[in-house]
Order: sequence, then structure tokens, then C-alpha cells
Amino acid sequence: MISRSVEKEYAGMVDAYEKAGGDRNTLISKDIAKLVIHENKVLGADGVSGIKIETKETESGVNVHFLVEEGARIKNPVHLCFGVLPQEGLQEIILKVEAQDNSEVSVIAHCIFPNAVKVIHKMDADIKIGNNAKFDYKETHYHGEFGGIEVIPKAKIKVGKGGVWQSTFTLSQGLVGKLDYDFEVFCQEKGVAELVVKAYGKGRDDIKVWEKIHLNGEGARGLAKSRLVISDKAQAEVKGETYGNAPHARGHVDCIELVNGKEAVARAIPIVSVTNEKAKVTHEAAIGSIDRRQVETLMARGLDESEAVDVIVRGILR
Amino acid sequence: MLRVEDLFLNLNGKPIIDGLNLHVDKGEIHGVLGENGTGKTTLAYLIMGANGYKATEGRIMFEGQDINELSVSQRAKKGISLAWQEPARIEGLRVRDYLNLSGNNPGIEQIKRCLLMVGMEPERYLDRDVDNTLSGGERKRIELASIIAMQPKLAILDEPDSGIDIVSLPSILDGIVQMNKQGTSVLLITHSEQVVEIAHRVSVLCAGRILRTGKPEETCLWFKENCKSCVHINEPLYENLNELVKKGKKS
Repeated sequence: MISRSVEKEYAGMVDAYEKAGGDRNTLISKDIAKLVIHENKVLGADGVSGIKIETKETESGVNVHFLVEEGARIKNPVHLCFGVLPQEGLQEIILKVEAQDNSEVSVIAHCIFPNAVKVIHKMDADIKIGNNAKFDYKETHYHGEFGGIEVIPKAKIKVGKGGVWQSTFTLSQGLVGKLDYDFEVFCQEKGVAELVVKAYGKGRDDIKVWEKIHLNGEGARGLAKSRLVISDKAQAEVKGETYGNAPHARGHVDCIELVNGKEAVARAIPIVSVTNEKAKVTHEAAIGSIDRRQVETLMARGLDESEAVDVIVRGILR
Repeated sequence: MLRVEDLFLNLNGKPIIDGLNLHVDKGEIHGVLGENGTGKTTLAYLIMGANGYKATEGRIMFEGQDINELSVSQRAKKGISLAWQEPARIEGLRVRDYLNLSGNNPGIEQIKRCLLMVGMEPERYLDRDVDNTLSGGERKRIELASIIAMQPKLAILDEPDSGIDIVSLPSILDGIVQMNKQGTSVLLITHSEQVVEIAHRVSVLCAGRILRTGKPEETCLWFKENCKSCVHINEPLYENLNELVKKGKKS
């Protein structure tokens, strides 16, 4: 039997998620696999056939073991919802993911911190993608306007032969606070890794993004992509690293940072390295103000300058 | 509708627009024909009010009002729009949303019709982004479709044929004619005699001046005889240019 306090907290999480623009049905529906964690409490863990979710509450968070069984093809996306609703708190998620051979799943994680004044959210993930398995992971954050939050997602991902890891981390609602993102992927033969980060820094936000892809198997492919918009007094540093260590490995680092404000600061550090003569890794990084031609193109359709900038920013973070 | 009077623009000490006079009547397709570097795109930017393009002297009157001090969006709100020669690419902006920007709220069926008018299959393009995954020709067509969706009073089309293959050009020109029939006056800027065939009148531009204005057929012939063979394209001798202006007015 679900206790009243858990029920109340669950309702609070669903409300906060909906206020941030999410669809509450995804967290209520019985047909969708989900895991809802508030602070260090597991409020709901509904699996579906082919997925096992085990949890263990700790003093400061929850340890999660997420298993996708061999050959399982999960039709609907699995929803994970992590959040801290009070102004202060610490949430440490230790996540162990195992997608067994030939499995396929899409996971959508919602991280909700609408009232954070002094909140730390850490995720430490150890992820193993089996041979020919496909794992799509989208993590979207919903922050409030106080900026008092520290988000520290770290992941080590091993992609087996012919496996695919795709992840998109988006933090564009509310103030970022402090973000220290660090994802590292190791790809075996014909493995594919795509890391995408999108963030909108405002106020005094401090953003650090570190994407690393090791293409260790023949024919492995990798993309480290980042799209950041930095305004006010925010600052951002993006490190995109790709290592081509095997024949016919192909990698690309693609970073765009738009600086919208005189006091905003953006840096990009692409590192590309090749240790095999048949591997190829490329990079492109562009940092600058919003392109005047883009703005005028939209203004010529009747948009005010601020509306045009808004369309461009929303586009790059979409 | 549009009157450009004694317009001058110097950039880096060089006259780019040099005493230009032009008028576009309501309901008209007015061609501006000129070789490369004669000031065609600069004229488009001046009329639209693009950043860095403000007339040194002269007036740009639209529906009786001097618009020289207005911003690009203020001019657009008055009913002027520009299809750029090299349209910007905007990541994450879908074609359907780009065609819906003007505030006319054309609706999805109208947006589809606009794409069809420039020879594009709506189902293939509506959900694509207006970014660098489109070819130059596709982006040009979408630019024109967005102008058609906007239904401005005056559309400035800067080289609408560039990047368009020969087979597709007639459908693009037909789209412009349809847009005109729906009530949009057009300033059609091009170097192509084939393109200005759809115009009601054509002006020949050289070194920032209008040399001659007249009906398409005779003006194109004059253009061939005097401009195509001119050895001073881009840097005309001024005595020669003045003679051409006189010659243009006489003919």
C-alpha cells in the first residue's frame, strides 16, 4: 500500500513536471515503464516485459540497476524522473545500466528542480551496451529561476560490437546554476556513439561540458556535438575529445556556442587524436555572437529583433 | 508604391549607389537587370534597411512615407520583405515554422500550397530544418515560398534564379507571377534576361545608376547591345556611363 506521504510527493513531482511543460500522463500511465525518485526516495518503479529495474535507497540518493534483457525491443520509451522539490537537498544517483545483446530501448529522463536554492544533483553512471544493442537516452532538466543548483552528471559507457549509444542532455529551462557534465564512451568494432549537449546559460550560470569518445574498434563511429547559448554573465567551457584508434574509425566533434551579451564568456577546446593511419577524426567549433544575417532574415518576415534572437536560440537548442 | 529618389551610398569611399532613381507601381513586377557588381544586391539591402546599408543621400519612399530611418522589422511590418540572394540557414527552425513566421497565420494547407508553388513536395520538406542540410536551390525555393506565405505588399526578390536548375526555373517564375496576381508587387533583381521576361517593366542598372527603364523585350535588347558587350563592366568610365544614361533615356 502506498503511504500518504509518498502519494503526496509523487503528486508534487508530477505537478512540477507538468508545470515545466511535460506531459503528466507519461508519469501516471500504467502502460509506460518508469522510475520516479524524489530526493532519496523511490516513489514508483514500474517495469515492463524485458526490463528489470532494481533500486536501493541510500542516505543521499538511490542506487539503480537498470537491465534490458537480451533481444528485448521495448516499444514505448521508458521514463525516469529524478527531482528535488524543496529549496535544499542532495540527490546522488548511482546508475548501473546493462543493455544486453540485441536489445533496443529508448529512455527519457526528466530531472526536476523547480525551487532549488541549494541543491546538488549527482549522477554517476556505469553503462554497458551489448553487441548490436541500441540505447537512446534523452535527459532533460527543468530548473527554477534561483540558480542555486549544482548538476554533476558523469557516465562511462562501453559500447559493444555493432552497438549504438545515443544521448542528448538538454538544460534550457530555468537557470542552469552550475553544470559539470562528463561523459566518456568506449566503442568496439562498428559501435556507434553520439553525445549531444544543449544548454542555455543565463545570469551567472557556470557550465562545463566534457565529451570524450574513444573509437577503439574497427569501423567505430562517434559524434560529440554541443550547442550552447550563453548570455548575461554566464560562462561556458566545452571540451570535445575524440580518439580514432582503429582502422576506418570515423569521428567528429561539432561545437557551436552563441554568445549573447557583453559579459558572457564561452570557450571551446576540441581535441582530436588519431593513432591508426586508417582512422579519421574531424572537428568544427564556432563561437560568436548571433549571426546578423540570420536575425535580419527573420526581421524581414516582421519579427522584432528580440523575437528573431529568441527564434534562433530556441532553434539551436531544439 | 515604392519611390527611390536620388539615392547615394558610398562604401569605403567608393560610390556603390550613385544617384539612383526608381519607382515600382502597385501591382507591378519591376525587373532590375544588371551585370555582377553593378549594385543590385546593395539596392535590395538599402530598401530593406539591412545592417550597414544606410543611404548617404536620397530618399526611399514607401506608400508616401520616407522609410530610411526604419528598421528591417518596421519595414517588414509596413509590408516590404526580401528574399535574400543567399538566404541564412537557421538550425532547428523547421520549414513549416519558417513559413509561419510572418504572423499572417496562413495555416498548414496554405503553407503546403506555398511550397507547391515553388515546386516543392510539402510532405518531404515541412519537417526539415532550414539549415545546411538543404541544398542551395532548396533553400532558395523555401525563401521564395516564405515570401509567398507572408503576402507582403512589396516583395524584393534578389536573384531568385540563382542555384535553381534550368528545368525548375519556369515553375519558380510561375510562382512569382501567381504571387503578383494575389496582390504582391515585386521588385525582381537579376542578371538574367530570361527572368525579367515576366516583369511589366525593366530597369537596367550599372555602377549604381539606372540607365534605362522600359518594356522587357526592348530593354533586354538594349541591355544586350550596350551592357553585355561593354568593356567597362563594374568599373565604367564615367563619360561613357553618362553617355549611356543619355542614350537610355532617348531610346
